[in-house]
Amino acid sequence: MSRRRRRTPAALVRARPEPAFEISLDGRPLPALPGQSLAAALWAAGVLSWRRTRGSGRPRGAFCGIGSCYDCLATVNGTPNQRACLIPARPGDAVTTQEGHGHAGLAV
Amino acid sequence: MPTRNGHHLDTSDVVIVGAGAVGAACAYYAARSGLSVTVVDRGAVAGGTTGAGEGNLLVSDKEPGPELDLALLSARLWRELAAALPPEIEYETKGGLVVAGDEPGLAALRTLSEAQTAAGVASTCLPADRLRDAEPHLAPGLAGGVLYPQDAQVQPALAAAYLLRASGARLHLGAEVTAVLRGPGGAVRGVRTPRGDLLAPAVVNATGTWAGELAALAGVTVPVLPRRGFVLVTEPLPRVVRRKVYAADYVADVASDSAALQTSAVVEGTPAGPVLIGASRERVGFDRTLSVEVIRRLAARAAALFPVLAGVRVMRAYQGFRPYLPDHLPAIGPDPRAPGLLHACGHEGAGIGLAPATGQLIAAALTATPAPLDAAPFRPDRFVERSPA
Repeated sequence: MSRRRRRTPAALVRARPEPAFEISLDGRPLPALPGQSLAAALWAAGVLSWRRTRGSGRPRGAFCGIGSCYDCLATVNGTPNQRACLIPARPGDAVTTQEGHGHAGLAV
Repeated sequence: MPTRNGHHLDTSDVVIVGAGAVGAACAYYAARSGLSVTVVDRGAVAGGTTGAGEGNLLVSDKEPGPELDLALLSARLWRELAAALPPEIEYETKGGLVVAGDEPGLAALRTLSEAQTAAGVASTCLPADRLRDAEPHLAPGLAGGVLYPQDAQVQPALAAAYLLRASGARLHLGAEVTAVLRGPGGAVRGVRTPRGDLLAPAVVNATGTWAGELAALAGVTVPVLPRRGFVLVTEPLPRVVRRKVYAADYVADVASDSAALQTSAVVEGTPAGPVLIGASRERVGFDRTLSVEVIRRLAARAAALFPVLAGVRVMRAYQGFRPYLPDHLPAIGPDPRAPGLLHACGHEGAGIGLAPATGQLIAAALTATPAPLDAAPFRPDRFVERSPA
């Protein structure tokens, strides 16, 4: 049973990551490992959604995980529409749940 | 009723070749005149230039003359169509704003708008200090502009598709016309496709940029040439640009005969969110190679007009080929060189806007009823070279 518990992605590749650091989602601190994408760190912390669609406000998170589908867009350090599945997490990164296109401030 | 060389597929009063906006409008008005209509296209609905444009319905960019008269009639007809067709066609009476960067440019723009007023175009001059009331994101330092409330927009592919559906025409897609069938006296009697013959006493050439090829099948020439243009599509945005906004030099570019690359800033929002950025013109045949230089210039000019766009991502670019005729007027009406053949082509970058009036002219010619305006300037055989006397 103990072997089964160790079947995590990191264990499967026998990764020995450097110590975790802190990122945040909407101000809430979350741990991230060096080399993890923001989407991976969010998933590892149990977060599945970090954007709401511009039409009906439905939740969105990572879907394809390889940069193709653009579903995982997030506002990262104030810049909207960043693909969380492609961006490596860095200490102090502030992810904020993106509302729609993330450009509401430009409306006239 | 089998024919000798191809099996018989369909018989109607008129076959329209081309399922773009112009073909769809011809089908719509011909059907409303009581004719049975067949539309055939080698590709999909709006698969050519219709699907490669921005769907502009403009009067602002046209100098007084036959094309402006056609555009003004079309503007009225589009209003009727918008009431009759579903909202999915995204008809917006957004208006156009033409801006000038300096005083001579503004003076030329005002002279043009005064001449247009005499032809029936509504406009309002905006001094420099009122430009940003109209468009808050416009760059500072512009000399002024002119507002054109009659300019409008549709989603061109959806507009063509719903127009075609409303026409009730029989549709044959993915069927390339390989021959124009002629009767014993030389009169056109239909077209041949690999699926079979489509018989009709009248054939309308609405094949846009490819109209020369279809004309050649009927043994006549229509000197349509492709004039390539790119459009950039930004990421979805809120309403950042309220109208169609373009620089005054766009009008000169449209009217130019140059084959060399011309770019002017044309910027507009869409109901779906992305901002569309044009406009480039160059005569390079049907070359579909992505031109980084064109895209760079378009992006730079748009960001100069709307600095906010410098921080916005362009998602993709698309391109199309405007059907260009040497005198910048479309070819609309019967071709006396091939009885039964009519042309509705060569609208350059204005085919969506000019489609309804073109459709009415074609319907009038098909039913021998009075035309809504004088079609003489659009005679398809006007380019015939006259041999020296």
